Amino acid sequence: MLHALRTQWLRVVVHIGAWIPFAVIVWDALTNQLGAEPIRETILRTGKTALILLVLSLACTPANTLFGFKSALKVRRALGLYAFFYALAHATMFIGVDYGFDLALLQGALLERPYALVGAAAFLILLPLALTSTKGWMKRLGRRWTMLHRGVYLAALLVIAHFVWLVKLDVREPLTYGAIVLLLLALRIRLIREGVVRLRAL
Amino acid sequence: MEKIPASEITPEHLYFTRRQFIAAASAVAAGALLSACGVPSPPPTARPTIAQPSPQASKGVDELGDKLTPFDTITNYNNFYEFSLDKEDVAPRAKDFKTSPWTVQVGGLVNKPRTFGLEDLLKFEQEERIYRLRCVEAWSMVIPWLGFPLSKLLAQVEPQSKAKYVRFETLLDPKQMPGQRDSYFDWPYVEGLRLDEAMHDLTILATGLYGKPLPPQDGAPIRLVVPWKYGFKSIKSIVKIDLVEAMPISFWMESAPNEYGFYANVNPDVSHPRWSQATERRIGEFSRRKTILFNGYADQVAPLYAGMDLRKNF
Ligand code: HEM
Repeated sequence: MLHALRTQWLRVVVHIGAWIPFAVIVWDALTNQLGAEPIRETILRTGKTALILLVLSLACTPANTLFGFKSALKVRRALGLYAFFYALAHATMFIGVDYGFDLALLQGALLERPYALVGAAAFLILLPLALTSTKGWMKRLGRRWTMLHRGVYLAALLVIAHFVWLVKLDVREPLTYGAIVLLLLALRIRLIREGVVRLRAL
Repeated sequence: MEKIPASEITPEHLYFTRRQFIAAASAVAAGALLSACGVPSPPPTARPTIAQPSPQASKGVDELGDKLTPFDTITNYNNFYEFSLDKEDVAPRAKDFKTSPWTVQVGGLVNKPRTFGLEDLLKFEQEERIYRLRCVEAWSMVIPWLGFPLSKLLAQVEPQSKAKYVRFETLLDPKQMPGQRDSYFDWPYVEGLRLDEAMHDLTILATGLYGKPLPPQDGAPIRLVVPWKYGFKSIKSIVKIDLVEAMPISFWMESAPNEYGFYANVNPDVSHPRWSQATERRIGEFSRRKTILFNGYADQVAPLYAGMDLRKNF
């Protein structure tokens, strides 16, 4: 009973929490609080939210393997899907709203700019992961599902590159996210993982 | 919206005369180049500054017919890292910035080095200049500045023939400018112009906008405005101006040499290595608009760069 309550509690937090940034954007848009450049502001906020949710989804497995926090596994998929939806909103705002699907302009603004290309590459990796995130696909793909979904680390690293590349001067924030992603990646390496588990057992 | 009294509006014929004059003056300036200390000053078409209680401008549009950006937007969306990295956080953080007393030390390769008090600078006849401001981040505004041509100030100190560049420096005062406590950046902010760019009639030292003294967040009490270059060239809160022989290394050149060059002329065909410069968003508009070469001032300034490869000299 207590156990069930705990898992449900985390789920509720994740589902409510993930909608908050969206609700705030809508609220700020309706009340004219997105600032002088509302479109850019929306792009920045959805991008940042996508990244944070992606990092949280990456933290779920280590939270279980290292700390025995099982319920984290139950929200991993939801976190990943929310990350994808924010990334979708982010890319749509850029391509559809900011650039109005103007292919001639997008050629220069997206295809010729490394920061945008790596962002797009990250998105193209996240897309099939989102589509195959169901139990059905998990069964159908078996071991290959695991292999495929390790791609999320590549996507995360590409997003970090995207972020580092687009800031004007101060790379401290993107590098902080980069360090977190690298740490989470390191924790999945068996030797390091077992080392940490052993240390905790001491 | 504030109603503009009829007497405040510059008659159209005067306006056109002034534009034509500017074109002529820039041709002269381009020709005269380094010996340009004696460039004629433009006729006094605009009225002197009187600090107005409410935002005032002589017209509602620039010479291309584009609407002025509202005062509130100009004063609440600022790139001024000395106060904050967040454009909307600059105004609140800068609100207690002390701009008096204030002096600007003008020296280097000049015959008559001099320290100007703000009072001295306000004695130069203040005129209104409605300019587009294009930020390297691909947004833009239209701003009615008040100020005077930099050439008038330089004429008073008499640059020597060895002087090839002008170097500008922002106040260094970490107590008042919290951003300067962050040693990640190379303070103080430094910018530079080639002497002929500095002598160009479009280049002004601004002391106000919309008929009011400059608010701190916009670079009070005195800043540079070079409308055909990306906004970061228009250095704010200036305390020092030196005439020098070698090209000054600006804050941005120092920070990221492959991304920011000395010239930083607005140019839709020369992308920043990270992002495209082909389009921009005029603040307040929904759709992007095409960026124009030299921010629309090509007629006046293109001769300054005749024969230069604008891609190499970005
Ligand atoms: C087609 C794909 C993508 C495009 C075209 C794109 C484009 C952009 C653009 C234009 C910006 C803002 C640049 C600026 O105005 O300064 C941006 C920022 C950002 N993007 Fe993306 N992006 C894409 C995919 C992604 C993905 C998949 C993620 C994360 C999962 C992401 C995360 C971010 C982050 C974190 C920022 C910075 C936000 C900030 O500075 O606060 N992007 N992206």
